[in-house]
Amino acid sequence: MAPALPPFLFSAKTVSIHAPKSARTITFPRLLVLCSITLCAPFGDTFLDIGMKRLPAISLSHPSSLIGAVLTPWVAGGIALLLVWFGSQISALSWADLSYLLPVTSFGNVIVALLAWRWRHEQISSLRWIGILLITAGVGFVARGPSYTPPPQPVLESAKESAR
Amino acid sequence: MNIGLLNTASIAAIVLTATAGDVLIAAAMRSLGDLDLIRKSRGLPATIFAVVSSPLLFAGIFCMALSFFSLLFALNHGSLSLIAPASASLTFVTNSIAAKLFLKENVDRRRWTAAILVCIGVALMAN
Repeated sequence: MAPALPPFLFSAKTVSIHAPKSARTITFPRLLVLCSITLCAPFGDTFLDIGMKRLPAISLSHPSSLIGAVLTPWVAGGIALLLVWFGSQISALSWADLSYLLPVTSFGNVIVALLAWRWRHEQISSLRWIGILLITAGVGFVARGPSYTPPPQPVLESAKESAR
Repeated sequence: MNIGLLNTASIAAIVLTATAGDVLIAAAMRSLGDLDLIRKSRGLPATIFAVVSSPLLFAGIFCMALSFFSLLFALNHGSLSLIAPASASLTFVTNSIAAKLFLKENVDRRRWTAAILVCIGVALMAN
């Protein structure tokens, strides 16, 4: 049997601010937030990768050189993109389920692979093409379903409603 | 210690801590409610304060940091071609299980299919 939710997760105080049923849909601004999550994480990682590869090898005996790395343009850009990703991710988790968000935003892997193939002329093996197809199919599957599971109504609120 | 066992333990540590982090952050955001509505009713500073005053959020960030250091440890001993795809793809499945168990999300057949397709897809792409 599934364990019960800790009561502090859905207290009567916090449930009142939850979105009405009509608001639980993917509107255009929410689509932009999903796009931001999808793009910022892979591009942020790529920026960090480019930035760190341009620096000389950093030894663990001189960790202060890592602070200097943070100030280089590519690494700073990567960190900025990852901050945008984190802000978008926590915003999206307030109106979308985790089990919806993760598959939908995994499409970033496909975008990065396609950009590397198109712009940097990297070879994509047949196995990777199959991977791209599977991720696209998975995103298509989950995106057609509902994005949010409404939280259970607290006992006090449901008792009040039935008394009315 | 056996390298195979060390790799398995490292991947398990990455997956478990990443899943715990994702679930705790999701629980923090669900307990706050829709941030768009909070911003409209109380303004941006109050929204930011509501987010940063959530202990669950910081617990989630702590777990994500543990996951990151587990990844660094794993990469120190194992190969990237094994660690990265295995941990990334398994996290999709464990997140779906945890979302159903702890967040009471409606993980229906559609979401299971998507999680498994993405899991295999990520593993193949990282190959």
